Amino acid sequence: MLNRTADSVARATPEPLARKVRGISDKGLAWLFISPTILLLLAINIFPLFWAIYLSFTNYRANRPNEVVKNVGLANYKRILGDQDVWIAMQTTAHFVFWTILLQTLIGFTLAWLIDRKFRGHAFWTTIILVPMMLSPAVVGNFWRFLYEPQIGLFAYAISFVSGIPPTDVQMLSNVSLAPWSIIIVDTWMWTPYVMLICLAGLRSIPEYLYEAAEVDRASNWRQFWSITLPMALPFIMLAVLFRGIENFKMFDMVTLLTGGGPGSTTEVASITLKRQAFESWRTGYSSAFAIILFVAVFGLANIYVKALNKVKQR
Amino acid sequence: MKSTLKLTLGLASAMLASTAASNVAQAEDLTLCWAAWDPANALVELSKDFTKESGIGMKFEFVPWTNYADRFLNELNSKGKLCDLIIGDSQWIGGAAENGHYVKLNDFFDKEKISMDDFVPATVVGYSEWPKNTPNYWALPAMGDVVGWTYRKDWFSRPELQKEFKEKYGWDLAAPTTFDQLKQIAEFFQKREIDGKTVYGASIYTERGSEGITMGAMDVLYSFGFQYENPKKPYEMEGFVNSEKSVKGLEFYKALYDCCTPPGASNSYMGEGVDAFKSGQVAMHMNFAFTWPGLQKDENVGGDKIGYFVNPKGPDGDQFAQLGGQGISVVSYSDKQESALKYIKWFANKDVQAKWWSLGGFSCLNAVVKDPNFPSSQPYAQTFLDSMAIVKDFWAEPSYAPLLQASQKRFHDYVVAGQGSAKDALDGLVKDWTSVFQDDGKM
Repeated sequence: MLNRTADSVARATPEPLARKVRGISDKGLAWLFISPTILLLLAINIFPLFWAIYLSFTNYRANRPNEVVKNVGLANYKRILGDQDVWIAMQTTAHFVFWTILLQTLIGFTLAWLIDRKFRGHAFWTTIILVPMMLSPAVVGNFWRFLYEPQIGLFAYAISFVSGIPPTDVQMLSNVSLAPWSIIIVDTWMWTPYVMLICLAGLRSIPEYLYEAAEVDRASNWRQFWSITLPMALPFIMLAVLFRGIENFKMFDMVTLLTGGGPGSTTEVASITLKRQAFESWRTGYSSAFAIILFVAVFGLANIYVKALNKVKQR
Repeated sequence: MKSTLKLTLGLASAMLASTAASNVAQAEDLTLCWAAWDPANALVELSKDFTKESGIGMKFEFVPWTNYADRFLNELNSKGKLCDLIIGDSQWIGGAAENGHYVKLNDFFDKEKISMDDFVPATVVGYSEWPKNTPNYWALPAMGDVVGWTYRKDWFSRPELQKEFKEKYGWDLAAPTTFDQLKQIAEFFQKREIDGKTVYGASIYTERGSEGITMGAMDVLYSFGFQYENPKKPYEMEGFVNSEKSVKGLEFYKALYDCCTPPGASNSYMGEGVDAFKSGQVAMHMNFAFTWPGLQKDENVGGDKIGYFVNPKGPDGDQFAQLGGQGISVVSYSDKQESALKYIKWFANKDVQAKWWSLGGFSCLNAVVKDPNFPSSQPYAQTFLDSMAIVKDFWAEPSYAPLLQASQKRFHDYVVAGQGSAKDALDGLVKDWTSVFQDDGKM
């Protein structure tokens, strides 16, 4: 049937075009198909990357088009690596990435494990749990800002109800100690379902016969979990950690919407510092160097992580 | 058949003609770029008269304040042709002039006999001149604005509150004239029950992301004796920015934030301030004058319930206020500069300026603001006039953005996050600003 269709298509192709197509090798055809994508990638990814690398060695400022652009060598890199504010922003980012990943992995895996029990109504609860992840970060940021509002926010009232502290004293976004946690809570609320989904895929991929064999060997539930469930789901968990790690390393929208980097600079993550340098201070050369440093850091860490992931998968 | 052909030809010609006409009209349309706020809506109304008179259509590109600088500075830096006319922030003037974004208007003003002497002097220096205090004009003063205060006149006039206040502080509860008085009033109202609702002392600027806390803190610091630089030696900041008086001013601003603002007001700017006042949360409210027409009309807090006062005096009797507002400029990358200049000429007209004020814009033309009827034209008119007489503005240097970013960080770190001391914050600011000027080769 398939051959007959192919034959009829071949017959229907005009002879001059057929001749031209016949003249192209398989490799040529492959290049023909992928070249638009490659060109697009070159234009919007690779060229800007190399352009940013070039700019990082200059004193270029996008708001001074008439100024002579000078090569400053490694000065921008030296300045960034010696800038205390940059290191504080990196620490803030690391704190945010660590806690969001830890919480999302723990809660996400637990939820996946529970959902995998296939209890009555599990499909309904899966849908409910996935809702936060389907919302736009702009919407989430805005409504959590209202939830955190000390005078009218439900969050403040809930904390007040549990702890007895007056709601107006529960100032999540204004308090230096609480503000970073307010962002971690929102990010965890929003993205735990994503981690859960990946973990669920992992759990569902574990063959049933392994558990049956374990049952025959009279292995306890705990033993089954440590010896079968966790090792088999580990590559999936690690994949979720990789995705969330990369995403959270460049977190920008939620922080901007909730705290704008404040109070003071306590929630100023690296991407906000970068944006301020690039589009508020217009230190284009400097911010390009900063972007390259961040890129190398994420790329390097991700590479090491992927190697570890591959080792786990091969076990 | 002949008549059908004629009809068809006629219709086709009419369609062609109308398309051509609309193309001509579109070619003549001017695009004016500004922030998305109440005065912009007034300008849309006002500009209809310009279209009627000149036949030039007006299109508007309004961007919310939070993205206003990013959006339009990007547009100017990329030499974009989106805006023919732009009402740019006062601090942009240095960069826009030096980088060739704006058309210099001196020759045009001379030709059209538009004199800068006809405008409020502070607005000419603030919105039009670069370098400052030199007759080099890059904009026509368009929207006068200044930070001032509103207060709940109805609460202030309650006999039981007046009595309690007098007993506690020894003076009559009224609009404050000094910052000490302002703080006492704010303390008095903080967490007070009024009509069954807990209210707070004052709403002040604390916003971190753009320029909020700098505008608010500077509004207080000026009257405490803060100076940007040595008046005799430009860019020398040590001992001026971080003088003892400046330190006291910043300490006062933090004390006001700590004692007397609504809970959670750690990122408040114009919009949040208006919300706090309109919802009856605060007794006093720091904000730019452009918010006053809207508040005056508000059913809950406007009318007789609202009062206005000029930024109070500092400990030594100095009294200044933070300048806001903008001038209107012709973008040098526009292909329609002639039409844009026609708009400026029209806008400078006295009758247009009078209508601008009546619609809710804040005219900077002396003929309007010095009119004998002006102070009584609106309840806030006198406060606006008095405030405009004492203005000071932030740096308008080409590097204003990094200068602003440094002050945003230093002030927010100290005032809101409570990190370090006022002296540390101002010493740090001198360091940051020095570094910016050194980068610029000005030091």
